[in-house]
Amino acid sequence: MSKPLNLKPSISRRSAMKTLGLGAGAAAALPMWARYSNAQTSAPIRIGFQKHATGIGASYGRWYDRTSQAAVKMINDGGGINDRMVELVTEDDGTDPKRGAEVVEKFATQHNCDVGFGTLFSHVVIGSAPRAGELKLPYFVVSEGHHVASGMLNRYTLQPGITDVKSQVQAMAPFVGDTLGKKVTMIFPDFAFGHDHRDFFSKAIEAQGGEVVAKIAVPPAETSFTKYFPKIPRDTEVIYHVMVGPAVLTFVKELGEFFGPSRPEIFGFIDSLEAVDLASPGLEYLEGTYFWEGNPRYAQPDQTSYDKYFRAAVGVDDNGASVNDPKDVSTYAHMFGCWETLHVIKAGMEASGYAGPQDRSKLIEAVEAMTSMPESNEHPQGEKLFNGKTHQVFGKQYISKVTNGKLIRAHTASIEDTLYPDEVDYTSQGF
Amino acid sequence: MEFGPYLMLATLEGAVLAAVLALMASGLSLVFGVMRVVNIAHGEFYMLGAVFAWWITSAIGGDPALAFIAALVIAPVAVGAVAVAADMVIIKRLNYDPERTIVATIGLLYIIQQLTLMTYGADARPVVAPFNTRLALPWIEWSGGGLQLYWPWGLSVTSYKLFVMAAAVVVLTGLYLMMTRSRIGLLMRAAQLDSETALAFGIPVERIYAIVFGLGGALVALAGVLIVPIQQAHYLMGGDALLLSFIVVIIGGLGSLGGTVVAALLIGLSDGIISVFFSPTLAKIIATLLVALVLVFRPQGLFGGKSR
Amino acid sequence: MNETGKIITLHVGLIALLFAMNFILPAYHHGNIARVMVLASYAIGYNILFGYTGLLSLGHALFFAAGMYGMGLAIRFLGASPVPALLAGIAVGALLSAAVGALALRTTGVAFMIVTLMFAQAGYLTILLFGEWTRGDEGFVIQQAERILWGIDLSDANNRYLAALLLFGCCLLLSLWLIRLPVGRVFVAIRENEERAKLLGYDVVRYKLAAVVVSASFAAAAGASYGLLFGYVGATFATVQYSIFPLLWVLLGGTGTIIGPFIGAVFMFYLIDLSSGVTNAYMLIAGIVLVLLTLFAPQGIMGELRRRVWAWLP
Repeated sequence: MSKPLNLKPSISRRSAMKTLGLGAGAAAALPMWARYSNAQTSAPIRIGFQKHATGIGASYGRWYDRTSQAAVKMINDGGGINDRMVELVTEDDGTDPKRGAEVVEKFATQHNCDVGFGTLFSHVVIGSAPRAGELKLPYFVVSEGHHVASGMLNRYTLQPGITDVKSQVQAMAPFVGDTLGKKVTMIFPDFAFGHDHRDFFSKAIEAQGGEVVAKIAVPPAETSFTKYFPKIPRDTEVIYHVMVGPAVLTFVKELGEFFGPSRPEIFGFIDSLEAVDLASPGLEYLEGTYFWEGNPRYAQPDQTSYDKYFRAAVGVDDNGASVNDPKDVSTYAHMFGCWETLHVIKAGMEASGYAGPQDRSKLIEAVEAMTSMPESNEHPQGEKLFNGKTHQVFGKQYISKVTNGKLIRAHTASIEDTLYPDEVDYTSQGF
Repeated sequence: MEFGPYLMLATLEGAVLAAVLALMASGLSLVFGVMRVVNIAHGEFYMLGAVFAWWITSAIGGDPALAFIAALVIAPVAVGAVAVAADMVIIKRLNYDPERTIVATIGLLYIIQQLTLMTYGADARPVVAPFNTRLALPWIEWSGGGLQLYWPWGLSVTSYKLFVMAAAVVVLTGLYLMMTRSRIGLLMRAAQLDSETALAFGIPVERIYAIVFGLGGALVALAGVLIVPIQQAHYLMGGDALLLSFIVVIIGGLGSLGGTVVAALLIGLSDGIISVFFSPTLAKIIATLLVALVLVFRPQGLFGGKSR
Repeated sequence: MNETGKIITLHVGLIALLFAMNFILPAYHHGNIARVMVLASYAIGYNILFGYTGLLSLGHALFFAAGMYGMGLAIRFLGASPVPALLAGIAVGALLSAAVGALALRTTGVAFMIVTLMFAQAGYLTILLFGEWTRGDEGFVIQQAERILWGIDLSDANNRYLAALLLFGCCLLLSLWLIRLPVGRVFVAIRENEERAKLLGYDVVRYKLAAVVVSASFAAAAGASYGLLFGYVGATFATVQYSIFPLLWVLLGGTGTIIGPFIGAVFMFYLIDLSSGVTNAYMLIAGIVLVLLTLFAPQGIMGELRRRVWAWLP
């Protein structure tokens, strides 16, 4: 059984209040000019962390929280941002768009946060971003959704720490077409996330000379999948699946039960198995199948020092599970996004000389000016290329094969493979 | 897949669903039929059954079959105890008023869900089935001048799914026998028919209600234990269970266990079979509207008697 | 002061108080109250059907979402401006409710609950089915530029609050007036004893249908306003929990009171908001409070007040 959740952030609001109080008290005792500069250095930078602590996103929320806390600790140990400590103010949005918007308001008006960050689920991002734009709160999402780059949102919303699904899917098509097969059956959940995969991948594989022979949409909250499998045509060479949610284990199990010993190639997205142990019963069927991984869960033979550092800081072992509990598997393919985003916020604040909420637009302009981000402790997933106009970052994509129960990297798609034409120019919009 | 085997596969899957639905709904039918209260936390008892099963099997470890049998026995009893406690502490004090019970059980739903989130966590966890061999199934085709068996690609069922169906039949038969042949069943039916007169006859109606509520919880928890090797235990899994249980009970008709079983069969099978012909989301829409229309034109359900 | 005077003072006074608070409230609570007022309008509509006519619907999210999507799709695909879009939303909700009501009212009690629930589920799935236009569960944004009403930018906090207050005030006073009209009294008669109302010669079916349509129109207006004021339209608002919320707010605040839904909405909002500041397990606290309330204050807050002190409360 896993350890009880550690629900308190490492800097509690009470201790932050005390620090502020002490700082304010100390500042009040000084002359005017010294008071001003001292008050600035003692007040922490407040980053509002919109966490999916309850609801359907809760498994991700825990790991986003751990990663964010670790990143903040690393930043504070290094002296903070502009000589100010960073404080993470966490609120639960229940993975609900209505509550998400309310939480954004809370960050901006009640907690006086400098920026908001951390939202994952697309419908929550889309529900919350308008408020962030109206409240002029820089909103850094870690979502993988294509909504930022599609132009639907606003100039205050950015996604500089994680790549989006369009670029991911596009980068998969060459490998799938060349290595696995040209006739693909797609199985996806029948809502926006699944439709994005359906649409982007169909285009991409057709450009490779492949063909999608069947598109099987599974309704949301479906718990039993066997009745969909007969729709898979006999001549399918590759099954491409992106099922998400608690029923994924059932999906894989029933896929195995359906095909038995003779199956086509199978390509999936690790989203299906985030926080799930590959050694779970029923998943033996995945042996020899392929997965897109945002960030390889298992430490690879050519592991970089940056990945080692990241794992140690967050508390994750070489199998991608918690060092305290090997059964507590992390959402490794996504959570690096929080780490990298927080470091982008730091870099942006330093580049713009951010001093307070009056500098928010300068912060956004500083981030928009960023281009390449080399692989480093701050960017352990790999080098990145940020598109200031679309507010979306691009990075390497990894494909792994399940070998002896572990995911071993089989292919890396370069950043160039993942690029697509701009769909919006946020920099032309005002603040 | 050819049409015949496809239909058969859909029917088999539907039958498994029907079995689980029948168990889930029988608990609700009992509670609703006898006590006339709507328990919105009914789905949470289902979830608790699955979660307890996971806890018990993880704690015991070792041979999956033995651990599962332990879970099969202990989990429903434990959930039943929780249900009895809920009845005695909360619902009894509301005098079984339907509206107040709805609100109170909504509160209970939040409490159970949150407690589960805090202890069991947000992840979906599997339980190993006690046995799970894949059985390829044959189909008949006309070939070479005679009927022949062949084994279509993908047409199969697992031994565990067959077990689930069998278990549901056994439990429901037992329930039926208990209701019609045993003394406690007699008392329950008396309380259902006319609680005031039953009270006048010295039947301890409130104690019967506690037992009924506990039994209802145990039945739906049993469904949860049976389903957990096929699906996973997840703290939000109660929502669908609640919806489906209600549909089955109302369509079958209040107070009729037989009606509940028939409705479960109808809904379970149709869910699978309609999706053979239509896109899944459209199939779900059709199924949902069908339920509504059945109720519109036959409000007492298929087998329900006239309302009191 | 006579009874009517007290009633008017209370309700108009509430609106006046909320108007005054526009200038006093700190930014955070200002935004919250704007939101709560729109949701309270939804609850007021729900209360007309549930509290006053005695029909418990579990599918009102269908009408809330119908209003929201009617408005949102009109802006997105027809380029409509806010007022026609709002009216479109209300019209869609009203028409839908007439159709659903005609079918659902052939049932009563729990069957009615299930039928309304089923129609709402079907509605939610239909929104997903037509995802190409509705963007399904992800939803879509109503850009700031599309939310300018006669030169007034609705995304400005002040304007938003006053618009929400306008909606809430209209709903509050309309429902108060409706209840005091003969038709409102027939609603109550139906709730108290439907057989007797029928015996007295009232066409009960027509009155119940009217109650459904009125209630749904309020819900649709609230849904359309919510989307317009907060800039987001999504399928989440058509899910079951958004049918349970108004029931909860009404039961907490006081079933069958005009002001109860608002009190319930405010109460639930701040209960969740304040407890989420203390612990992650705020739903646990909400659940416990709900149980305690039903045990000890079954009529809801205003209902208890009416029972013990203010017998004149409508």
